[in-house]
Amino acid sequence: MTISFDKLFGMQPQILQMRGKRSELLASNMANADTPGYKAKDIDFKTALKSAQSGMTPVHLDTTQTNHIGAIDHVGQGHVKYRNPTQASIDGNTVENQIEQAKYAENALRYQASLRFMGGKITGIMTALKGD
Amino acid sequence: MSSFKVFDIAGSGMSAQNLRLNLVASNLSNADSVSSSTEETYKSRHPVFAAQLQDIINKQDSTSGVKVLGVVESNAPLVREYAPNHPMANETGYIFKPNVNSIEEMANMMSASRSYQNNVEVLNTAKQLLIQTLRMGQ
Repeated sequence: MTISFDKLFGMQPQILQMRGKRSELLASNMANADTPGYKAKDIDFKTALKSAQSGMTPVHLDTTQTNHIGAIDHVGQGHVKYRNPTQASIDGNTVENQIEQAKYAENALRYQASLRFMGGKITGIMTALKGD
Repeated sequence: MSSFKVFDIAGSGMSAQNLRLNLVASNLSNADSVSSSTEETYKSRHPVFAAQLQDIINKQDSTSGVKVLGVVESNAPLVREYAPNHPMANETGYIFKPNVNSIEEMANMMSASRSYQNNVEVLNTAKQLLIQTLRMGQ
């Protein structure tokens, strides 16, 4: 019997990747908190994960020339949506720092949770291998 | 690895806020610089921020750092003061003071420092997560 890491970890690797992507998005929101006209973005996590599981990307555009703009390329791409601001500012910026901070903290925590799950699986396998 | 992009993004935010803080310092320190003509008078300076849109188009990615497009001088009217005994007074007896609004600058400074701190926190958290990922299974 061989150990299949794909089966062992289940969805966790995809979740980790997506959480990483989301942390990038939230970081770019917070970095642009004072940029006029910047619109806050976030990943629609549920649908993004669903399509990652089924291995489907929502839309695909071929780039046959260098100046073509492709649509999809990364995990979670195509599921990026603009956030609805609760209080939009007058310069067109929709970043609300308190919300972004809360989401970032939540995202980091869930990332750590996934890490724990994977770590647990690894220690489980290790115990089985060592047999003591 | 794409996770390292958080560092670039937060870094660009920090350098943008740093420039803003520098400009606030420059404005505040020159708030009382007097001159005898409108051209020579110091004018309040402000940064112009923009998202790095070019990166989005090139890398087909939706994350973006901050770019400083430039520094603009304020168009607000300068303060003209009648002070014929002042050594810098012009032939009609007027001196000119910069259009720096100290209260506005102080608020600006607080906003910049908070944004800077925000970016530092993001960076720290991302660093922690990466360290934990590297330690996975140990």
